[in-house]
Amino acid sequence: MGIQTWTFLLVGLSFALYIGIAIWARAGSTKEFYIAGGGVPPVANGMATAADWMSAASFISMAGLISFIGYDGSVYLMGWTGGYVLLALCLAPYLRKFGKFTVPDFIGDRYYSQTARTVAVICAIFVSFTYVAGQMRGVGVVFSRFLEVDIVTGVLLGMCVVFFYAVLGGMKGITYTQVAQYCVLIFAYLVPAIFISVMMTGNPVPQLGFGGTLADGSGVYLMDKLNGLSTELGFNEYTSGTKSTIDVFFITFALMVGTAGLPHVIVRFFTVPKVSDARLSAGWALVFIAILYTTAPAIASFARVNMIETINGPEGQGVPYEQAPGWITNWERTGLIGWEDKNDDGRMFYAGDERNEMAIDRDIIVMANPEIAKLPAWVIALVAAGGVAAALSTSAGLLLVISTSISHDLLKRNLMPNITDKQELLYARIAAACGIAVAAYLGINPPGFVAEVVAFAFGLAASSFFPAIILGIFYKKMNKEGAIAGMLTGITFTASYIVYFKFINPAANTPDNWWLGVSPEGIGTLGMIFNFVVAFIVLKLTKEAPDHIKELVESLRYPKGAGQAQDH
Amino acid sequence: MSFETNEHAQAYWKENLRLLITLLVIWFTVSFGFGILLVEQLNNIQLFGFKLGFWFAQQGSIYVFVVLIFVYVLKMRALDRKYNVQEDAE
Repeated sequence: MGIQTWTFLLVGLSFALYIGIAIWARAGSTKEFYIAGGGVPPVANGMATAADWMSAASFISMAGLISFIGYDGSVYLMGWTGGYVLLALCLAPYLRKFGKFTVPDFIGDRYYSQTARTVAVICAIFVSFTYVAGQMRGVGVVFSRFLEVDIVTGVLLGMCVVFFYAVLGGMKGITYTQVAQYCVLIFAYLVPAIFISVMMTGNPVPQLGFGGTLADGSGVYLMDKLNGLSTELGFNEYTSGTKSTIDVFFITFALMVGTAGLPHVIVRFFTVPKVSDARLSAGWALVFIAILYTTAPAIASFARVNMIETINGPEGQGVPYEQAPGWITNWERTGLIGWEDKNDDGRMFYAGDERNEMAIDRDIIVMANPEIAKLPAWVIALVAAGGVAAALSTSAGLLLVISTSISHDLLKRNLMPNITDKQELLYARIAAACGIAVAAYLGINPPGFVAEVVAFAFGLAASSFFPAIILGIFYKKMNKEGAIAGMLTGITFTASYIVYFKFINPAANTPDNWWLGVSPEGIGTLGMIFNFVVAFIVLKLTKEAPDHIKELVESLRYPKGAGQAQDH
Repeated sequence: MSFETNEHAQAYWKENLRLLITLLVIWFTVSFGFGILLVEQLNNIQLFGFKLGFWFAQQGSIYVFVVLIFVYVLKMRALDRKYNVQEDAE
């Protein structure tokens, strides 16, 4: 069977599985729709959280990015895992004890203010939409490359599947589908990694393999070989970075804190039965995420060595274009690899200086890796199914946050408090359907800045939600004035900095012009600090939180009496 | 009030915070310390094929994160029992 038949088969089978689960896990009440009835076991919830968290970007782009930037890629590895420590220790158990449905619920109740709730709802919707647009694009890209359908058909197909299980099943359907999607995506990620690790180092564990010696009998460590190749070809040494230490520090911090502040991640911890399960489930989530995140840097270095050697040849003289391996010509057609024979010798050459003749898109590292390593067709098809699973699981989780924010936080808790549970559920489904339609539109006509807005999502979450939630739990006296002023300061500062450097004056986006040398990706950390400072200053000038709020906070701090999440 | 006395409530919270701070110090040290601030010094030490600082940044810190959460889960479970505030407490 060819690659395409295999891809249709595997992607089709996985879709049938997701739809089957959706029918089995229909939601009957808002509680099931919003938080899966609060009855998901911690291991399953951890798996679902991992699938929810790992997007098309983690699956398709991350290893490629690390492969090209080496040590600097560590910011994503540490940033997108370290946040779970903060979640498990500082947020998840307390929010579960609070026992409502959403992050704006917490902000609104803890700060006894509709204004605070509204600020939180707007942030939640904005953050989720920026994210979901990127996911839809991911689905489209995978479909168009592997099934050779056009991007529009790909996006629409993906939307139909998400529509089916998100609208029907709500959080319940999504959670159990995500468990299946996690299995598909991690299998698809590990199989090629293990194959390649065995081929290159003789070690079946990629995490160990990339610290081992090459299997060609030379006894040279893979990383030494890679560093040698990199410097020889005019690149930076693979194990050292080009970013300044302060920038790496700030970006990592912003990503960690942003992770802990993202509404679609936090809401997962409302779905477990007990407070102790919320702690445990954050642990499992990180285990499942770490499996992929520790494999990614291994793939990155294998792929880097492999790619350089295939293009430049074992002697480093360049391979004649007529003898180019199949994957180069295959991917050349998609425009992701380009070759320009600058010195007219008919040979390809890849380098970091003026000798370079190749243009290589970072995204192909994961997608073309099985082809580069000459793996069988079913492995290549598996990667396609995994990419789709990663994109679908994340979009579904985000769509749920959007629909919950609208039907619950905006309608039920704000505009129309008298609707019944049945009506609220209907509104939630309508909101999910509208969300999907908007996301599909954004996926088909992506705004040019999809990649840029990711910095937005993390920066905004870091500078708005995180401090408000932390202070809400750990500082009883914090009042609504302080929290609202803090959130607004954090958001305004972070958003202005990003908008200025990304949209208004992109030409000035260089380290010399950055404030304190912090790039727009890392500015959320400063925004967060300002949020804390302003909140404290305003608190000193106004009356501290009333006694019944202090008692509420007091009751968040121990598990006893958590019970089921409450309907209102 | 779920605690037997007010002192118990305060003691529980204090022990919780002490555990939290200890674990967060380790969290900060392995990632921001070993992986970022001290990366160049640690890169002079070789661990199999890895430079140590690079290994912490791309592998080690993640393993430590996982361990930290499970240590927290176990310690908190014991703490909840000690003060009888676990969920199935009478």
